[in-house]
Amino acid sequence: MHPILKLVAQRLALGILLLFAASILIFGGTMMLPGDVAQQILGQSATPQALENLRAELGLNEPPVSRYFSWLGGILQGDLGTALTNGRDIAESLSGRLKNTLFLAFWAAVISVPLAIFLGLLAVRYKDRWPDKLISGVTLTTISIPEFMIGYVLIYWISIQLGWFSSVAIINDSMSLGQKLNAIAIPVMVLTLVVLAHMMRMTRAAILNVMQSAYIETAELKGMGMLKIISKHAFPNAIAPIVNVVMINLAYLVVGVVVVEVVFAYPGMGQYLVDHVTKRDVPVVQACGLIFAAVYICLNLIADIVSILANPRLRHPK
Amino acid sequence: MNEQLQYLSKKVADGHMTRREFVGRAVALGVTAAAANMMASQAQADGHATPKRGGMMKIGSSGGESTNTQDPALTASEVPLNNLRSWGETLVEVNKEGGIEFRMAESVEASADAKQWVFKIRKGVPFSNGKEMTADDVMKTMERHSNEDSQSGALGIMKGIAGMKVDGDNFVVDLETPNADLPYLMADYHLMIQPGGGMDNPGAGIGTGPYTIEIDEPGVRHAFKRREDYWDSENRGWADEVEQLVLNDATARTAALQSGQVHVINRVDPKVAALLGRAPNLTVESVAGRGHYVFIMHIDTAPFDNNELRLALKYAINREEMVDKILRGYGSIGNDMPINASYPLFDASIPQREHSIEKAAEHYKKSGHDGSPIILRVADGAFPGAVDAAALFQQSAQAAGIPLEIKREPNDGYWSEVWNVQPFCASYWGGRPVQDQMYSTAYLSTADWNDTRWKRPEFDDMLNAAKAELDEAKRKEIYSKMGRMLREEGGLILPMFNDFVAGVSDKIGGWENDPNGPVMNNFSHVKCWLNDA
Repeated sequence: MHPILKLVAQRLALGILLLFAASILIFGGTMMLPGDVAQQILGQSATPQALENLRAELGLNEPPVSRYFSWLGGILQGDLGTALTNGRDIAESLSGRLKNTLFLAFWAAVISVPLAIFLGLLAVRYKDRWPDKLISGVTLTTISIPEFMIGYVLIYWISIQLGWFSSVAIINDSMSLGQKLNAIAIPVMVLTLVVLAHMMRMTRAAILNVMQSAYIETAELKGMGMLKIISKHAFPNAIAPIVNVVMINLAYLVVGVVVVEVVFAYPGMGQYLVDHVTKRDVPVVQACGLIFAAVYICLNLIADIVSILANPRLRHPK
Repeated sequence: MNEQLQYLSKKVADGHMTRREFVGRAVALGVTAAAANMMASQAQADGHATPKRGGMMKIGSSGGESTNTQDPALTASEVPLNNLRSWGETLVEVNKEGGIEFRMAESVEASADAKQWVFKIRKGVPFSNGKEMTADDVMKTMERHSNEDSQSGALGIMKGIAGMKVDGDNFVVDLETPNADLPYLMADYHLMIQPGGGMDNPGAGIGTGPYTIEIDEPGVRHAFKRREDYWDSENRGWADEVEQLVLNDATARTAALQSGQVHVINRVDPKVAALLGRAPNLTVESVAGRGHYVFIMHIDTAPFDNNELRLALKYAINREEMVDKILRGYGSIGNDMPINASYPLFDASIPQREHSIEKAAEHYKKSGHDGSPIILRVADGAFPGAVDAAALFQQSAQAAGIPLEIKREPNDGYWSEVWNVQPFCASYWGGRPVQDQMYSTAYLSTADWNDTRWKRPEFDDMLNAAKAELDEAKRKEIYSKMGRMLREEGGLILPMFNDFVAGVSDKIGGWENDPNGPVMNNFSHVKCWLNDA
């Protein structure tokens, strides 16, 4: 078998094992939280009798281990189950939320990844001169400000003062692509500002590292232009670390944006997960956890494969 | 109102002067800014007094989660409550003056001993599934909320019912003990009349209200469409469509109102209310309600079993400071009893407890407390500003030599692990339409939510006597005695009653402040209309 295919197969098997481990951890974690779903649904107005009735109906009187295995049985048959809190089909409500999360992450990535790499290349080209310092200064500032703060500032100027884009990013299927993009414009800006610095700095560092090599000097002596040297010779050799950091940021865009979702009332998976954790709705928490873990595992796999493909020595092992 | 102000008001009503100009002029005439704002709203409301039909009204609300359902029995927060008001209606409602308004019931009659109540059910009211609502549906609804397997939040208030039956077009309730306030209990929002009582599908959202559900995305948005066959369309359901956006973040809510994406928002943070009020094209509406923020002690647990210590703590708290700093003036001071002037039959002659370091120190000395720290448990989620309020309390107690120690608890699990479990903690109450219900919910010996462990047979007797008493003067006297007793000996430290603060766009007509609940008792989208529709 081709070594890359073998690697992928190995990684996938390991990934499935990891997913199991994650599901056990999530289940145990939600069990350790104080109170159960019945108590959280009824809240301050819970009477002992109502609690008992609700627990019986939701099957909470079963021992946790048997609840875990019945859930696992469902998953293996492709059934995510129904939410304890509102009896909705999890797969159905989750798919809508996941679609939204991916939509936001996609547009944030489409803007931020090329921008970060371009700015990184620019920073190398003008190393230690004012464009480099300006790029680093601005991006490091935006990464240091909490994202909700950037969100509020952009809402104030762009939405309230200028009236350009909506401050509420609620999207739905009946909207056209243009309307959707208008709704998510400010959240995309916020996310771009948040992830830019990390990727830009890594690009800059990786390329600068390569720039010390002898073949760059040769290229320079050939009389090649600086930007051409960077893009043709330095960048392909620096791609592995850059892809790694890009993947980490993509994973963040999918699983870590709950604060941005709250500020803009965006109907993504983060808020959905937090709501259900608060209510101790274990099946939903499990389903979300599995998806988030799968996203991390897949993106890491992609990063590894890309770095192997980018390196001829790894591509053609002796 | 003097002539000058009347003239200005008229200009506002006619639309010749903006609200901001009016407030500026009125303040120059010596009116306070808050009063001037109210006059401006009044004048504007007068100018737009004729309801208009049509348009799409958008409300932005906090208090919604992706776990919400349309089942009235499980409704406990504002977003699902707004949804219920859109598609459902109760037998009766409590109006803003505190009286009973008849909805699914046309009239009600009590037997002389207030033990049997007969509700005459309105005829010709269709459910949104086309069927006509009958006394049988009412009966089934009440059964669902009171039977043994019920998970309803209304289970507590249905307890005193001995039997229910349908008699022709009438729905008859028999009580174990007399209760003069039974109609008020039937106004509870959980008790939305559903076809067949909603037994087969409680979350279907089918009722007799002015709207039907078009889109139901819990935790995101809920959209409604007006019903052509609504029975009371002359009075309610003006907008063609209503959309409720779930905006739990306070800043997101105010930004949405300011940028015109929603017309009404609930729970304006008192910290920003004054600033928001200065923004153009909107008004901040606040109304004194019955909700209150409290520090509660279990009077059966040491050291709180000592009334001298309880009094010391009650004198040590600085109520004015709390209203000023925690509520920013959007509220009023409390008097260590859960009743205020918003309740019917309130006795205004009960003396107000004043903040007094000397008296606090004196009672503390008399209590003979050993000087060990008194632990007050608090979390951010206990009420908005709870941690800050506890810090203020600690400081003023310290001045009286009382060693109050704050223990901060996580929000998560606060209502199951701390409230009603620990002997001294911060909490809140939403208030109830009548005194009887408030006392029965939390101060009766047998109440599930007796969070101060107030168990006094003589208090229970008075409560039952007041329930059976149909003579209002006598009832008022009994309630006054009960209030005084609780104020003197209870485990309740009640520094403040909070106002309901809402943000309302100038495009909205028909706004009326209602002390029963936030945003017009959650009827804003049902009773208001769009001026430019």
